Amino acid sequence: MRSETGTRVLGTLAVAALAVLAVMALVVTPPDVNQQDAVRLFYIHVPLATVMYVAFGITALASVLYLLPRTRARKWDLLAGASAEIGVVFTGLTLLTGSIWGRTTWGVWWTWDARLTTTALLFVLFLGYLALRRTTGDTDARAKRNAIAALAVSIDLPIVHKSVEWWRTLHQKSSLLDEETFLHPHIHGSMYWTAMLGIGAFVLLFAWLLIHRYRLALLADRVEDQGLERAIAERRAEVLTGAR
Amino acid sequence: MWHDAAVMAGKDLRIELRSRVATNQVAPFALLVLVLFAFALDPDRGVLARAAAGLFWVAVLFCALLAIQRAFAVEATDGARDNLRLSGLDPAAIFLGKAGAIAAELGVLEVLLGAGVVVLYNRALHGPALLVVTCVLATIGLAAAGTLYGALAAGLRVRETLLPLLLLPVVAPVLLAATRASEAALGGSPGDGWPWVRLLGVFAVIYVAFGVVAFGPLLEESS
Amino acid sequence: MTHVGYLVAGYGATFAVLAAYGAWIIGKKRALARELPPEERDPRWH
Repeated sequence: MRSETGTRVLGTLAVAALAVLAVMALVVTPPDVNQQDAVRLFYIHVPLATVMYVAFGITALASVLYLLPRTRARKWDLLAGASAEIGVVFTGLTLLTGSIWGRTTWGVWWTWDARLTTTALLFVLFLGYLALRRTTGDTDARAKRNAIAALAVSIDLPIVHKSVEWWRTLHQKSSLLDEETFLHPHIHGSMYWTAMLGIGAFVLLFAWLLIHRYRLALLADRVEDQGLERAIAERRAEVLTGAR
Repeated sequence: MWHDAAVMAGKDLRIELRSRVATNQVAPFALLVLVLFAFALDPDRGVLARAAAGLFWVAVLFCALLAIQRAFAVEATDGARDNLRLSGLDPAAIFLGKAGAIAAELGVLEVLLGAGVVVLYNRALHGPALLVVTCVLATIGLAAAGTLYGALAAGLRVRETLLPLLLLPVVAPVLLAATRASEAALGGSPGDGWPWVRLLGVFAVIYVAFGVVAFGPLLEESS
Repeated sequence: MTHVGYLVAGYGATFAVLAAYGAWIIGKKRALARELPPEERDPRWH
């Protein structure tokens, strides 16, 4: 049970790091000059966004590995799916914390600024990918489809990012300066280390979630195979005993 | 390969001409969308005229969904898919052919919608060079991405609801860029539009290339 | 401290969602493992 202990340690570390983060972020660090205490949301918003990109990056990488004939293996498809699902959860949370932060700073629950818009699009893009994964069909055909879909989405990301960025910067020349000041608060000392801790803590949590979600996918796969075998066996039995 | 692609495109277009679905259903639908926008937005206060470029491209997107669904519904009937695979045609050629046919249909629809916008929304066309290039590149991009996703969703029972969910977010940059470029053209400042055209070009190149490469693996063993 | 309500909402929702998600994964794993014969129960990387 070596790997079981390993993940358990990982999980404990993650929870501990998150606890320390909460204390540092909410109590120890000072409020920002411009945003006051609203800046504390950044200590979780930025890590959530970072992990989101890591998760989708893993999905893309696993998809490539599945498609290359030399490395083709079912586990890559399962990993891609697991990572994407976690990615979508983190994307939703990124949107939530981003929206709440926007409410404190600009008084509205949503603005069409470049970052929020891109994140919203990312959310829908990968929701679509997850929906495609849930369709029925032959396992290998499905896995191939999933991998191609993941890549089709991933190559879109830089284009989406660039186009949304242009769109918003060309239309908001005046408020851009304000946006920049708010989005990049002057971070020094304890604030910097807290931000780093935040990223580290959430990455640990992501790793733990990924390992378990992957195992869940593996189990689900086996149950499905078993269900299929059982159905085939039952059919065969019916035919042999002339039950139909 | 190009010859095969042309054969493929020709076949799809001939089926369309014979069945007249595009003329009898999709084209009227396009005009209907333009009319509905007028109901939704106040024609008197100039909102329609100002939003004309964006509304045009949204209408094009809706029509593209229909055209793509149609293109793959044709294949799904009567084991036409297996015939396709066994025909020995290069998958890249199949992709280019199907995408080409869809692009051609969209092109015709865009001309129709353009006329609709001029007449119904009271918007004169300026900057024709920019408009034409925008339309060409955006259409190629839409057709390429659409053919790819159409193939991904083809044969699935949830195809009708899945395709829009998959395709529309992916082509959001096309909507963005095409609208900005069109607005620049119509507004008389084409210089602002050309950077967006570059983006449309990049999108088109990436998705045509990806489609050509991915169609092979996609077509083998698809049930 | 300013914006207390928003901070509580943001941090609270984030940790609640992640905890619930983690719990769901573990719960589903146990449920599925019960359906499999003993030798297939332990999932690893390979």
